Amino acid sequence: MNLANRRYIISGIIVFFGIIFTVRLFSLQVSSDHWKAKAAELTEERVLIYPSRGLIYDREGELLVANRAIYDLMAVPRKVQPFDTVAFSQLLKMDIHDLEDALNKAKKYSRYKASVIRKQIDPEDFARIAEQLHKYPGFYGQARTVRSYRRGVGAHVLGDYAEAGPSDIQKYPYYQSGDYIGKGGVERTYEEDLRGRKGMRYVLVDVRNNVQESLSEGRFDTSAVQGADLTLTLDADLQAYAEKLMQNKLGSVVAIEPATGEILSLVSSPTFDPNLLVGGKRGTNYKALQQDSLKPLYNRAIQGQYRPGSIFKMVQSLIALQSEAISPATRIPCNRGIIGCHGSHSYDDLKGAIIHSCNPYFHQVMKRMVEPGKNSSRFEDAHAGLDNWNQRIRRFGFGTNLNTDIPNVKTGNVPDAAYYDAIYGEKRWAYSTIYSLSIGEGELLINPLQMANLAAIIANRGWYMPPHVIQSIGTDGKPLAFRQPQFTGVDPEHFEVVVNAMQKVVEQTGGTARRARIEGVEVCGKTGTVQNDPLPDHSVFIAFAPKDDPKIAVSVYVEYSGYGGTWAAPIASLLIEKYLNDSIADPSKEQRILEAEFRGI
Amino acid sequence: MNATRRQDIRRNIDWVTIGLYAVLVLVGWTAIYSANYDPAQSEIFKFNADHGRQIIWIGVCAFIALILLNTEGEFFIRFSVISYALVLILLVLVLLIGKKVGGARSWFGVGSFGIQPSEFAKTTATLMLAWYVAQAGSRFKALKTRLTAALIIAFPAGLILLQPDAGTVLVFAGLVFALYREGLSGNILLFGFGAIILAVVAILTGASTLDYPLLGEQSGIFALLLGLILLGGLLIFGVRGFTLPRYRPKNYRFVLAVLIASLGFSYAVNYGVESVLKPHQRERIYVLFGMNQNPDADYNIRHAKAAIGSGGWTGKGYLNGPMTRYDFVPEQHTDFIFCTIGEEWGFFGSFFVVALFVVLILRIIALAERQRSQFSRVYGYGVASILFMHLLINVGMVLGIAPVIGIPLPFFSYGGSSLMGFTILIMIMLRLDAERFSVFR
Ligand SMILES: [Zn+2]
Repeated sequence: MNLANRRYIISGIIVFFGIIFTVRLFSLQVSSDHWKAKAAELTEERVLIYPSRGLIYDREGELLVANRAIYDLMAVPRKVQPFDTVAFSQLLKMDIHDLEDALNKAKKYSRYKASVIRKQIDPEDFARIAEQLHKYPGFYGQARTVRSYRRGVGAHVLGDYAEAGPSDIQKYPYYQSGDYIGKGGVERTYEEDLRGRKGMRYVLVDVRNNVQESLSEGRFDTSAVQGADLTLTLDADLQAYAEKLMQNKLGSVVAIEPATGEILSLVSSPTFDPNLLVGGKRGTNYKALQQDSLKPLYNRAIQGQYRPGSIFKMVQSLIALQSEAISPATRIPCNRGIIGCHGSHSYDDLKGAIIHSCNPYFHQVMKRMVEPGKNSSRFEDAHAGLDNWNQRIRRFGFGTNLNTDIPNVKTGNVPDAAYYDAIYGEKRWAYSTIYSLSIGEGELLINPLQMANLAAIIANRGWYMPPHVIQSIGTDGKPLAFRQPQFTGVDPEHFEVVVNAMQKVVEQTGGTARRARIEGVEVCGKTGTVQNDPLPDHSVFIAFAPKDDPKIAVSVYVEYSGYGGTWAAPIASLLIEKYLNDSIADPSKEQRILEAEFRGI
Repeated sequence: MNATRRQDIRRNIDWVTIGLYAVLVLVGWTAIYSANYDPAQSEIFKFNADHGRQIIWIGVCAFIALILLNTEGEFFIRFSVISYALVLILLVLVLLIGKKVGGARSWFGVGSFGIQPSEFAKTTATLMLAWYVAQAGSRFKALKTRLTAALIIAFPAGLILLQPDAGTVLVFAGLVFALYREGLSGNILLFGFGAIILAVVAILTGASTLDYPLLGEQSGIFALLLGLILLGGLLIFGVRGFTLPRYRPKNYRFVLAVLIASLGFSYAVNYGVESVLKPHQRERIYVLFGMNQNPDADYNIRHAKAAIGSGGWTGKGYLNGPMTRYDFVPEQHTDFIFCTIGEEWGFFGSFFVVALFVVLILRIIALAERQRSQFSRVYGYGVASILFMHLLINVGMVLGIAPVIGIPLPFFSYGGSSLMGFTILIMIMLRLDAERFSVFR
């Protein structure tokens, strides 16, 4: 072989490797985006700009919910140098194994990006940690915003603001791990208004994770939009007073301004200080509340579903008048053979029947509506009659969430024909099967908000605004949905007899709600007692006042307290008096309530 | 020296090579400038920064180039032996009194500048090799002469291995190309490639554990050894079936010899990697084959690949590569300088640089081939081989197809010694080439 030809072999080898390099360059740079993504992951970082969350005020402009700072301890594993883990865990008041676990998890996530080591350190604790932090390179504190509740009242209305869980993050792409979200009450309903909009800065970081410059001169950056402040319809003083009256009792209080549907106070008792669920102690406190047998986290005012008892007789009266099943003059004998009664009366007209809460009267009233005898089969008659009745009842908001802005309302139960068909079978039931509905018992379930709304309907003589807690969102005023009256289909004139009866219930000597009287105020009310064998009865009272220009409508439900007039009525009365007169004329009345205690079993 | 002769020299200088050299040095400098770019301090003549210092080195190199181009070629021939000896002494000295940088004792510290004798050893060894082969002439066919030539390469390479600087040793191995051109058996190259392939397979199989029918769980290397024996057996049957009987004994012997050598070699590589290498060295090899689980071990190469790979077709634009500018790439202005090109100029820029190198090396081979003197030809091939090995190892490393071995990319990597070494290497060749008509040796 001619040695000069070896030139071509050598040149060939060189060109061969040149081609290999070219192919390799092509596969790295052009044929896939893998390394582009990898480089972006390393060098680009999105810096979130969190707007401050909107504040929440009560109807008088008193600040209820403010923001305060709290700290997360972060670590960038690459910058962390060997340190005394024992001393550090003591400084953090954190279990050494938890600390090591957190660090390992951080390392696994990313060596050069920050991970949370310990969440929610209160400012006082963080100040102590910060003094020592220079000894532990790679660790730093990141301020976060949490809520601060100035009055410590209205926990169930305000809701919770806490870290978004995996399901929230999956459902709403806006949130990412570590973000906070409104978790109930107003915080949840108005989350999008309160949170504003996160801003995003796209930056380039160096290998030490220091921000170096904006990506593409900030072309993709968005600025943060501040969250809107909310003004609620709640009256903080009234709310605090109602919570105080309900102390050591189970139940609820709801007060509504009838003309507007504005919720003045909404109490579920036992309640808790919402500040318990903020900061470092949140976890422990939440667990304790969750395990409490009295269920303080449970919002009885909207989730408690109770049989309404006698207060339902007024609804029966109203729809019976409207459907002309009776007139105010209709008298019905108190025939205690079918259904029990109490008190000395025997042949009441409507007004008397309401005042005396005459059970046989309303048994007959409902029968006239549900089983009017239009059909020869009483089964078919009741089937059609009940559905007709159901439609009218629903217009009072029963069986619905009232379109309120408090989330997670339990709608209660207003049975219709299909409901009983499912239980007894078609044509296997008639009015005689379901007559307990007539006096607000049986399968009928209503929540306390709906009860208060009933008081508002009667106060308004036939209509209601969807009850709500929002007064205005930022500068936008009240959402339109809460300014549209809902009509029950019962004409105003039919209310006269009911309203007069309610006034008598409170004011007439021997009326069931004498304890609800207020000097100089015409209070209209109706008691109810819901049997609860073998435990003590639940006590119910709904009321509104003043009679001719109603300013407040109330429902009070006290579990296991016995007769409705004894406990529920005075609580409602005190609330009304406080709201209308701003003071209590008879302190002993207040004292009696504050000292009462009902815990059920 | 008379005027006409000097004019001849100037006319005969290969301006193509000078041009390629100049472009590479300039592009290299812009890459260094970018790797160190700081918008707040962007002056070019900032002599306390690397890109500023590199300007000084380029100036020094231009001066050296002028001197070398105006030096009689005869001088280099005469100087071969002396310079070779001098650099050998320096290589011994650096082991004794050199500065330890990054685990290797390869630097003489002179003020704030350092000098790396191994960068010059490449030139002197090539000169010495050229001188020896040229004066041996036809005796090069003798085994003794060839062994002497190998020793000329092995001496400085051995000293450099002690520093230790494995990359530069590999570069010396590249001088085999020059010897091949002069008549060394081609089998050397074939065996070389065969050995590399076998070594790769041995490392890959050796790192895995397999479940054998009789042996139980064992290193995968046994599978390779069994496979080789099987292949050998097949070849022997093949020989029986397809060759004439009189050639058979010779073929049998050959197959057996290759088989035994392969078995021994595979086992030795496996043993060397698993038992002799230190853990961090083993890790580097594993990283190359994608077998490593330790995130730190392949950190450098992953970042290098991300820098280059994120360049796309046209790159992110000059001074706009965050991977290289913000220190994600290790040693981004020296050994990993190619990442800057890849990230900021993309596929087109990277291809351009690789192509420039290939064209330069081919050009130098062309120059070598047109020499009438054997000295110049051997030297030329030596220059081409050294540039080629640097390109192969450095670019192979940053592209993740060669192990991480610290070795500069000629003209690009920051550093005076390296730039000076390559300048001297090439300029001597150009001067020898310029005299190709007037010298008969
Ligand atoms: Zn009666």
